[in-house]
Amino acid sequence: MNKFSISQLYLYYDNFCALTDINIDIEDKNITAFIGPSGCGKSTFLKTLNRMNDLVDGCKVTGEVLLDGTNIYKDVDTNLLRKRVGMVFQKPNPFPMSVYDNIAYGPRAHGVKSKAMLDEIVEKSLQSAAIWDELKDRLRKPALALSGGQQQRICIARAVAVSPEVLLMDEPTSALDPISTSKIEDLVLELKEKYTIIIVTHNMQQAARVSDKTAFFLLGELIEYGNTNDIFSMPTHKKTEGYISGRFG
Amino acid sequence: MKPIKKPLGHFLALITKAAAATTFLVMAFLILYILINGLPHLTPSLFEFKYTTKNVSMFPALVSTIIMTALSLIIAVPLGAFAGIYLVEYAKKGNRTVKVVRVTAEALSGIPSIVYGLFGMMFFVTYLKWGNSILAGAFTLSIMVLPLIMRTTEEALKSVPDSYREGSFGLGAGRLHTIFKVVLPSAVPGILAGVILSIGRIIGETAALIYTAGTVTEMPQNVFSSARTLSVHMWALTGESLHKNESYAAGVVLLILVVGINSFSAFIAKKFIKEGK
Ligand SMILES: Nc1ncnc2c1ncn2[C@@H]1O[C@H](COP(=O)(O)OP(=O)(O)OP(=O)(O)O)[C@@H](O)[C@H]1O
Ligand SMILES: [Mg+2]
Repeated sequence: MNKFSISQLYLYYDNFCALTDINIDIEDKNITAFIGPSGCGKSTFLKTLNRMNDLVDGCKVTGEVLLDGTNIYKDVDTNLLRKRVGMVFQKPNPFPMSVYDNIAYGPRAHGVKSKAMLDEIVEKSLQSAAIWDELKDRLRKPALALSGGQQQRICIARAVAVSPEVLLMDEPTSALDPISTSKIEDLVLELKEKYTIIIVTHNMQQAARVSDKTAFFLLGELIEYGNTNDIFSMPTHKKTEGYISGRFG
Repeated sequence: MKPIKKPLGHFLALITKAAAATTFLVMAFLILYILINGLPHLTPSLFEFKYTTKNVSMFPALVSTIIMTALSLIIAVPLGAFAGIYLVEYAKKGNRTVKVVRVTAEALSGIPSIVYGLFGMMFFVTYLKWGNSILAGAFTLSIMVLPLIMRTTEEALKSVPDSYREGSFGLGAGRLHTIFKVVLPSAVPGILAGVILSIGRIIGETAALIYTAGTVTEMPQNVFSSARTLSVHMWALTGESLHKNESYAAGVVLLILVVGINSFSAFIAKKFIKEGK
């Protein structure tokens, strides 16, 4: 099953073409990793999948992005789209409010008012982000007072709280220490049961450890896409091999 | 090795210290001077409900000041704040209107207040036939502080990290929700700073009020009553030279009023910051 089906996607920042003719299918309930050197367009591509690019002045998209068969660039409510396709950012960005209010923020924005329901959502979301036990007595504490790793898991819980179908993660561990990183990696593997996950990473071992499929980007083009095992053991493209081996060696 | 003494660095440090000391001394002198001259004359008769030429009561002026400040803020703060919100959160970058609004605001904030007074007199007092009144004065003052509030709101909003907005939009929250639940709470201290500055300007203003609100000494009956604020009261008393002492006493009350309002606003700002964290 394909969750996303993208064809002939071009993206321009004013006159600069940041993505060129991207064609890719993303599988449901799988982890897809995007790799490639800095500035190749990984974040840009990730943001086309929930139309966060709409917020950038001068950004223009052509081509087709189908989510469950519907073109998200046509007649789609962006707020509902972003509820279905959640996002975790490179730098943990909890809001300056309590842990509880952070998690309840999304559901409240979508109209959930009942206290009992919010309580339940908060507990469930924190549990699925594997941070409930750590924080259950500190729900009223400000989220900004937590460690970076905890903050990032709060952000994952916050994204999970609106029950999305897809989670986009843009280098979610690049600002974290090794222990927090491995916690988040375990978490991502668990979340795969319920969500389609796309993760951008600069860390080849991470891509190899967690992902089912890997896509390699270079200068705005999709160079190679396939099963992670195949890509890392026998890449068909010279440039892919160069990038991967350069990093591994 | 001993650090080589640099004469220039020494000199600059000296100037900095001298400047700080001078500023402090001037301020201290000013405040002391007002207190020493005003406090002894701060008698209960100055606070009698009705002004007579005998008691020279400042009570009507005190009440007018508070009404004038509140009314001006009620008009200017929502307008200025929403204009600022529009410019930062809604308008596209490089938008023509935004540039025009910004340049206009900058120009407006540099105009001497007497010009606002003349405009207020011609427009509110004469053309709209409000007469010399608190309403005309408050509208004039709110136009005067509008650019200030707009600019501080803009700055406050710009200093809210974009990552908050991204986080909120990324959850599918709408623009209004994002602004009111995430952006504004973080910006409130900055906006309040602008409001405090505006209060200072309103309370201290005379030139823009003499021709719009008038110099009547009576207790105002409603917003169409002509009335004088404390600053105008002081200006009038000093002009009459018979009432220098009462003028200083009014100065003391003005000082207390400003300090009081400022600490109150600081208290509110602190409360907001605490809730945010
Ligand atoms: N808002 C923007 N306006 C103009 N150009 C942009 C904008 N955002 C990104 N770009 C350009 O688009 C290209 C792709 O950027 P992008 O951030 O997607 O790269 P990336 O692969 O995520 O890099 P990194 O690994 O460093 O995060 C870069 O050349 C970048 O300079
Ligand atoms: Mg990036």
